[in-house]
Amino acid sequence: MSQLNTQCNFNVPDEFYERLISAHRDLSTNESNAMNAALVLLLSNHIGDLDVISQALEEARRSVMAEA
Amino acid sequence: MGDIDYQSLQLEYRPVPADAPDHYPVIIVGAGPVGMSMALDMAQHGHKVLVLDDDHTLSIGSRAICFAKRTLDIWDRLDIGERMVRKGISWNVGRIFFRDEEVWNFNLLPESGHRRPAFINLQQYYCEGYLYEKCEADPNIEIRWRNRVVEVQPANSQVTLTVDTPDGPYSISTDWLIACDGARSPVRKMLGQEAHGQIFRDRFLIADVKLEADFPEERWFWFDPPFHPNQSVLLHSQPDNVWRIDFQLGWDADPAEEVKPEKVLPRIKALLGKDVDVQLEWVSVYTFACERMDSFRHGRVFFAGDAAHRVSPFGARGANSGVQDIDNLAWKLDLVMRGRAPDALLDTYCEERQAAADENILNSTRSTDFITPKSETSLLFRNTVLRLAKQHDFARRLVNSGRLSEATFYTESSLNTPDVDEFTATLPVGGVAPDGPVSRDGHTTWWLSQLGKNFVIAVFCKDSLPAAASLQQMANPDFQSLPVRCILVVSPELEGDIAATGIEYVVDQDSILAGRYDVRGGACYLIRPDQHIAARWRNVDIVRIRQALLRATSTHQEVPSCHN
Repeated sequence: MSQLNTQCNFNVPDEFYERLISAHRDLSTNESNAMNAALVLLLSNHIGDLDVISQALEEARRSVMAEA
Repeated sequence: MGDIDYQSLQLEYRPVPADAPDHYPVIIVGAGPVGMSMALDMAQHGHKVLVLDDDHTLSIGSRAICFAKRTLDIWDRLDIGERMVRKGISWNVGRIFFRDEEVWNFNLLPESGHRRPAFINLQQYYCEGYLYEKCEADPNIEIRWRNRVVEVQPANSQVTLTVDTPDGPYSISTDWLIACDGARSPVRKMLGQEAHGQIFRDRFLIADVKLEADFPEERWFWFDPPFHPNQSVLLHSQPDNVWRIDFQLGWDADPAEEVKPEKVLPRIKALLGKDVDVQLEWVSVYTFACERMDSFRHGRVFFAGDAAHRVSPFGARGANSGVQDIDNLAWKLDLVMRGRAPDALLDTYCEERQAAADENILNSTRSTDFITPKSETSLLFRNTVLRLAKQHDFARRLVNSGRLSEATFYTESSLNTPDVDEFTATLPVGGVAPDGPVSRDGHTTWWLSQLGKNFVIAVFCKDSLPAAASLQQMANPDFQSLPVRCILVVSPELEGDIAATGIEYVVDQDSILAGRYDVRGGACYLIRPDQHIAARWRNVDIVRIRQALLRATSTHQEVPSCHN
C-alpha cells in the first residue's frame, strides 16, 4: 500500500504558501470555500491512488476532531 | 567595570573649526549602525570620512536586537565583531506555540567550525556605542553631532550640502555622499525620491522588561495564546536580564494608550505571571512597511540601510541587510576613488543590493502574511498549518514566524564569472565564502580572518602543489593596479613542501575547508573584498584569474593573452 507522504515535498515551501493564499485574494469566504472544494477534487484526481487519499482524509479528519 | 549607559550618552556638539576643510572625499549622513559601519570601512581603506548626524544621542531603546552571522563576519573584518559577540547573547533555539501548546521547535545551531554563531542578541545602543567608540579612535573619521543636512545639491563633479547647526548653517561639498539616514531619509526627500511598497495595517507593541528570571535564552513565538487571544507574541532575551516582548495589537489599537504602563504591565503579567517583578525599560508601538527605492544610486549619492529599503521586523532583516549594503559598497567605492576600477562598478551596488532588498522584502512580506492573515480563509489555512505542524514535517516547513536573516548570494551578478569546471551547487559563484578553522604558523585561527580587505586568490591544494611556474606567478602576481593577495590553503601533508616556497599559506588541518569549498583534487577561488566568490576553477590559470578579476571590477576590456 502506498504511504501518504507527510515529509516536506516542496522545493520552496514559502512559495507554495504564498501562491495558495494569493489564489484566494479578493474572494468572499463562500467563494473561497467553493474554491477549496474544487482544489481538493482536482488534487485528489491527480493523486488517483485511493489508499493515499484515504490516509489523507483520515489525517485531515483527525486534525479537526482533535480541535473539537 | 560596568558597562557604559550608551542610551543616556550626550554626544557633544562642537562648532566646526575655522580651518576645517570645505570638501571631503566621502560624507556619510546618519551615525546609526549602517552609517558608522560604512565610515569604518572607508576609513580602513584609507579615506577621510565625515559623518553628519542631526541628533546628539545614540539609539534610545533596544530597537534592532538580532545580529546575524554575516553581520558579525563583516564587523570582524572591521575589527569590532569580537566586542559585539562578547557582550551579546548567542542563541540557537526557537520555539513555536499555537494557543496553549508547543507545536514545534528548531535549532539554528550551525555546523561547528565557524567563528561566529547564527545570531547574537544585543541592544542597538550597545551596537552603536561600540561602533561609535571605534569611529572616535580612528583618525580618518570625524563625526559631527547636531549637524542636520537641510539641502543637497547634486552635480556631475561633486555634491554640495547645506548643513544646519546650533551656530547656524554652513556649506560643504563631497565627491561621494552616502545616505544612511534611516527609514524617513531626509536626503531621499531632498532629492525628490521615494520608496515604494506595501504598508501593513497592523500595530505591534514592543516592551523591553528587566527581570530576574531563568527563562532559557531562546526565541519563543506564540500564535493566538490564551494570554493574548487572536494575536501573536514574541519573547526574546537580551544582555543585562532584559527581555524583548512583542505583542501584536491589531490595526485598531490606539498607540498613545497602548504605551501607558497601566496598559502594558497587565499584558506582561498575563504572559509572565502575576508575581513576577518586572521593570519597564522601553515601550514603543510600531507599524511597518516593506518598500524600497527604485534605485539606490543617484549619481554621486548612494542610499544604504533603511533609507534605501524597509522590511517588517520578522526575520531581523533590517539592520543586518544595511550592514551588508555597506559591505558591498565600500570596496567598490574605494577602487573607483583610487582610479583602479571604472564608475560602472558602482552601478553593480544597485544591481546586487537591490536584488538583496527584493529577497528580504519577499521573505518578510511572507512572514507578515502568515503572522497577520488578511482574510478568514487565510486565517483558516494559517491555523490549520499550525495544527498539523505538531505531527507533520511538511506543515512545520510552512510555519512562518520570521525567516531569519542570512547572507544574500549574488548568483545573478554581472561581476561573476560563471563556472566552466564542475563544482557543487550548494556553494554557488556569488555566494559568501564559508568560514572554517585553519592553522597559521602553528596557531589555530579562522579562515575568514585571513582574507583582509583586498581580492584574494585562494588556492586549495590537497595532494600536490601547483606547478613551480604557477607558484612563481602567484608569488608575484601582476594584476595591473589591483591589489590582490594570493593565499595557499594546504592539507597537513603538504605543509613541509609549501613552507619552502615562501608563499603565504594556511593549513586546513581538519579538512573542513576542503569539504566546504568542494576542493576534491584541488581548487582555485577568486574571493572579492566583501568575501563573496567571484570565480573558481579546478586549476590555477593566471590568464583566467586576470579576466575574472577584470570582470569582478566591471573592467570589461579585453586583455592580451599571455599564453605561450
